[in-house]
Amino acid sequence: MGRKQKTTFFDVINVVFIACCVLACLAPFLHIASISLSSGGAITAGRVTLFPIEMNFDAYISVIKDKAMIRALGFTVLLTVSFTLFAMFMTTLAAYPLSNDKLKGRKLTMFFILFTMFFSGGLIPEYMLIKSLGLLDTMSVLILPGLISPFFMIIMITFFRSTIPDSLHEAAEIDGCTHFGKLFRIVLPLSLPVLATLALFYAVGRWNGFRDALFYVTDQNLYPMQLKLYQMVMNNLITEVTASEGSGMDKVVSESLKAASIMFATVPILIVYPWLQRYFVSGLTLGSVKG
Amino acid sequence: MSFIRYTLRYWQLYIMLLPVIAYFFVFKYMPLYGVTIAFKEFNMFKGIAESAWVGFDVFREIFSMQGFYIALRNTFLLNGLDFIFGFPAPIILAVCLNELKFPAFRKISQTLLYLPHFISWVIIGGIMYQVFATNYGIINLLLNKIGIGSIPFLAEAGYWLTTYTSVGIWQGVGWGSIIYLAAMTGINKELYDAADVDGASRVRRIWHITIPGIRSTIIVLMILKLGDMLDIGFDRPYIIGNVMVRDVSDVLSTFIYRVGLQSGQFSIATAVGLFQAVVGLVFILAANYIAKKTTDESII
Repeated sequence: MGRKQKTTFFDVINVVFIACCVLACLAPFLHIASISLSSGGAITAGRVTLFPIEMNFDAYISVIKDKAMIRALGFTVLLTVSFTLFAMFMTTLAAYPLSNDKLKGRKLTMFFILFTMFFSGGLIPEYMLIKSLGLLDTMSVLILPGLISPFFMIIMITFFRSTIPDSLHEAAEIDGCTHFGKLFRIVLPLSLPVLATLALFYAVGRWNGFRDALFYVTDQNLYPMQLKLYQMVMNNLITEVTASEGSGMDKVVSESLKAASIMFATVPILIVYPWLQRYFVSGLTLGSVKG
Repeated sequence: MSFIRYTLRYWQLYIMLLPVIAYFFVFKYMPLYGVTIAFKEFNMFKGIAESAWVGFDVFREIFSMQGFYIALRNTFLLNGLDFIFGFPAPIILAVCLNELKFPAFRKISQTLLYLPHFISWVIIGGIMYQVFATNYGIINLLLNKIGIGSIPFLAEAGYWLTTYTSVGIWQGVGWGSIIYLAAMTGINKELYDAADVDGASRVRRIWHITIPGIRSTIIVLMILKLGDMLDIGFDRPYIIGNVMVRDVSDVLSTFIYRVGLQSGQFSIATAVGLFQAVVGLVFILAANYIAKKTTDESII
């Protein structure tokens, strides 16, 4: 930054290199978007690359008409919103007391929490626990197990410590402010960058998650978008690869329909991403550089 | 401060921690009880407590399973490839971004480069099959057009490993560069000015100022990566993998899922999981110890 130097051959190469990387990041999305908007004939002929050919919205219309798909979309929105709210609440409950150096037993509690990052029972014991709690095939199983990420908790603790000066805490205490009051009236309003960052991470994680649903959910009505998409896009392909086993799937999902469904699951992220991305770099680096 | 005064002042913080501790106890510590079935012949009707102890028999069994060795080898293989090719990539990208002169262009590039990190593996898998599939994927259609012929990117072990590694880099390189870019902002600007006065070339400046400036970050991340060699996510190998490349795509996490939840061999899958957790923990502790010794900074 700020260094004054004339543009050299190096700069030209560098700009071209970065531009190529950016294109490599974007091209697959453009390709999928074009597939979703192109005619079946053009797709099978391999004429669709980065721009739609014989543009039409048929695939999107079929997705919108597909009740199961819309249901999954609505369910995933509800799931993501409730998960993010609960997760942020729990993470704050953990981070605020643990950011206080004077709290006795702080180190022990930290160890109790951080230990779970490095050692866990594994898939089967977790499955058995979920089963004995009666959570299989419920919406709760997609919310409860991931409520606090120790890593995100550390980011929040570091943020609380580095941005809220001790003098502010002291002043509030002198004014007779309780810890709850301090948390809600002083600490949280000053922590918007980290709150936005972590909420984005939790929301994206839930929106993108499909593993827990694959393990714990068999009821199709509780399938989040990603699992539905997985079934539609990948199972289809697996039956193509092992066509001999299959007794002829009811119908092969067309390429443009797959692409349109992929777009449906991606667009919400593309919409929220630019709004929040200005926060996450500062929020994340603040939290993790000195962790 | 007396006990009573301390309690009066801090009880609220303990109230806040209560649900947190309960949460971790139930969802993270209770499953540890289930781990005992790695040493039992688990019978679903008898339950965990009533199933008979069998000592290390289950471990003897997994060590004689060929599928376990293949999964173990593949875990090292895929993580090793990620380490060799995926680890340097964000460093190179960060150096290039750092040298970029046009702030607006740099900002837009960074935003777009982070994007793949936020896309689910299901979606990446879906896109990948559209792009790489042997019969209708766009790349193979183009390769056919220019007369090279189809390449089985997803269906043949060797090519699959290349696809797996490069898709991983594609997804993570931008995000991975953040931490190095942050480290670079900590480098003293005067060093660059002094180098300018001395007439150092750009490459020399990178080599003698930028790289040494982020060396400790590189070392710490490198050691941590090595400590994570046995830890492999589920989504990526599961989604990118398919039956045709099972020999290289089946890793410990997918093996546990298949043997445990799909075939119902709970004791065996738990034992594999326990093996992975214990050996993984040893790796991480060793990595942390080495990091502490070499950089005076502990991670845990």
